[in-house]
This record gives sequence, structure tokens and C-alpha cells, in this order.
Amino acid sequence: MSQTRILLQVVRRDFQVAMRNRNELLNPIIFLLVVITLFPLAVGPSAGTLSQIAPGVIWVSALLSAMLGLERMFRDDFRDGALEHMLLLPCAIELAVLGKIIVHWVTTAVPLLVISPLLALLLNLPMHALPVLLLTLLLGTPVLSAVGAIGVALTVSLNRGGALLSLLLLPLLIPLLIFATAAIEAASMNMSAGGPLALMAAFLVLSVGLSPLAIRAALQVSVN
Amino acid sequence: MSKQSTLASNQAVSAHAGAAEQAPLLDIVHITSIRGERTLFSDFNLQVEAGRMYQIEGPNGAGKSSLLRIIAGLLRPQSGEIRYRGELSQHVRSEFLQDLLFIGHKAAVKPELTGLENLAFFAAVQGQPCAQPPFDLLEQVGLVGLEDIPAGNLSAGQQRRIALARLWVSSSRLWILDEPFTSLDVAGIEMLHQRFSQHLAAGGAIILTSHQPLDWASQSLVRIQLEYNW
Repeated sequence: MSQTRILLQVVRRDFQVAMRNRNELLNPIIFLLVVITLFPLAVGPSAGTLSQIAPGVIWVSALLSAMLGLERMFRDDFRDGALEHMLLLPCAIELAVLGKIIVHWVTTAVPLLVISPLLALLLNLPMHALPVLLLTLLLGTPVLSAVGAIGVALTVSLNRGGALLSLLLLPLLIPLLIFATAAIEAASMNMSAGGPLALMAAFLVLSVGLSPLAIRAALQVSVN
Repeated sequence: MSKQSTLASNQAVSAHAGAAEQAPLLDIVHITSIRGERTLFSDFNLQVEAGRMYQIEGPNGAGKSSLLRIIAGLLRPQSGEIRYRGELSQHVRSEFLQDLLFIGHKAAVKPELTGLENLAFFAAVQGQPCAQPPFDLLEQVGLVGLEDIPAGNLSAGQQRRIALARLWVSSSRLWILDEPFTSLDVAGIEMLHQRFSQHLAAGGAIILTSHQPLDWASQSLVRIQLEYNW
């Protein structure tokens, strides 16, 4: 089917472009690592304090580092005209947008998932909470990409949309932060994390399912 | 208050008489565009027929690019409609886009990717799977030897050639080109002329903005003057 073929081509091209811009890809993850390394130095190495703040610190820094790399999603495309080209592809715009979300997720969240055991170790998170940490990241990062893309699509035509972008997005992402940290805390206290995780899964389904519609509308306004 | 005048330099029926009898490929009806406080054009009408080339002329800022973007559906006009073979273009969006090739001022060439990679992407999303392998295409537009260099390192004219290579893989009948000759050298312009004549002879239509004289195509050329409205 030609629609999925176009989706695959968009994904492939975006991967190629992302791989050529590896430095830009690494920035958010390095930022995250630096923040998390600094915390034990600043707060003190007492194991109890660290493991208490670990869920919050990991998720706050994940959220902030996601903000750093988010603009990349449509900014370059807007500048070089690829965005207009995408809007005129003979396929549903939502599908192409979904392709961009997928590429953004894979290029930003997968490295985060890979280093997250290290982060847990640095902050002395109990090892039995690690699977739940991974689960929250697995469920939460696609929401960051999908909801973030709405904000980027809205602000891409503004010259300095950066500050506006975080103002727009952070309130929307706060529930995610609350439920993610609640899940990890519950797990580190040997309680069931099922409730918050289920809510996060609901966020995931909603945002990935519905955000392409909003992004399409936002992009059409932005190129107008 | 129709402020644009249509100077049909030559209304003679083009080489293929059959095309003229069909419904117009595109019918642009009563388009009005207001950008900011300024009315770019009001009540603009144009029937785009197969085998014709429409050159939109006018001073800078007259709204040439806006008009092209409205026709392609990127910009929404204040009023009016675009009909593709009798149907509203947004209602038959996918058929319309299949039959449309739009190359804007920003050419959608990714500077990180090589010419070959850019072309492979264009060819792959253009609808018809690989009419021509990308390498042949690159040869067509005279970029052999530069296939492995990121497009961002090429000159403006070479990047233009990469963008314009899409014309050789396109099976769309309607081409909308915003200043296609920008930064091309003489050979490049000549190459483009040849491709345009092929397209027109095959029953395609071209709408373009350009300050270049297009006298070679006077047989099928329709010139449209947009005026700068204060």
C-alpha cells in the first residue's frame, strides 16, 4: 500500500538525517548524564537521601532533556522546505507525522532507556525498582515525543519559540511526571505500581493516537 | 475590483488539440488573498488547461508565491476555491496531490543528505516506484561525480538541480514551480526548457513564476500579470 510505503520512506530519510547530526542527538543525553552526576555531589552521598529523590531527579531531568532536543523535530524541515513537501505528499499527513514521532522517539528515548540502569545506579535506586523505572520510561517517552511534537508544530514558524515551547508543554506533561515518579516510588517501597503505570499506558494510547491530528492542524497553520 | 489582467500572449490552441476539449485541469475561481493588512489580489480567476504553461509575473511582493502556495493548497485563501477537474481540490486531496508537483522557493533538499539520497527519497515518495534509478537521474541533471557529497556542501545551483531532478521522475500532470530558474546556469536553464517542452507536449500543465523570458514556449505560454496593490 502506497501510504505505508511513504511512511517508511519518511522514517528512513529522517533516520539518515538524524544519523548525520549525531552531535545534536547526543546533546540531550549528555545534559541528562551531567545533571544526574551532579546531584549526588550537591545533595551528598547519603544512600537514603539519594534513593528517595532518585525517581524525581531521573524523571525531571528526562523531561528537561527532552525539551532540549524537541525543536529539532520540525525546525530544520521548516527551514529547508521539507515540511511543505511533507504536507503535499499524496498520503495522510497524520501518517507522515507519525513517522516523525517514531524517529524522534527512537533517536532520543532509546539511548535514554539504554543508560537508565546507570542512572539508577548513580542515584542508588533500589535494584528491584529498576524494571518499573524502565517501564515508566518506555511508556512515558513516547508521550513526550507525541505531545512535544504538537508544541513544536505550533511554534515552528516563530523565530524564538523555545521559551514558549516549554511554557506550552510543561503543564501538559506534569501529570506524566507525577504518575511516573509515583510508580517508581511505589516499586522501591515494594508496593504495587500497577495503578500509575496503567494511567501512563492510557496517556500513551491517547497521545500517540490523537496527537497526529493536532500536529497536522498545527503544521498547516504554521506554514500558512 | 479585479486588479490583475491576463495577457494571453498566444491563445492559439497548442500542438495537441484533443487536450483543449477536456474539462480544465484546474479551475481557480474567485480567489482573494489578504496577507496582514494588504490585499494581494482579489477575485483572481484562472483556468489551467493541459498543454499550457502559465507564467505569473509581477513585482516583488505582488503575491506570486502566495498564489502558487494557494493553488497547491499550502495556504488558505480568504475566499474562492480551487477545482481540480471539476471537484474541490480539498475534497479530492489525494488524487489532486498525486497529480501535483510543487517545488517551492525552499526546495526541500536536505543539506545533510547526499544528492543521491535526496533523489532516492524524492523518487520513492513521488508515487511511481522508481521510473529511473536515482543515479541515472543524477546524470540527467548533470551532477555525476558529486553524488557522495552532502547537498549542503554543494553550490546553490547544484542544490537547485537536485530539487529540479524531481521533474524527471514525476508523473504528475500539474507542475507548480516557484522561480525554478533561480541560480541555474545557462546549461541548466536550457535543460529545464527541454524538460518543460516534453511535459507540455505530453499534455501536462505548468504554472510558474519567473522573471526569465520564456519566449521559446510562446506557442503554449499564457502570461499573467499580478500588480502590486497598496
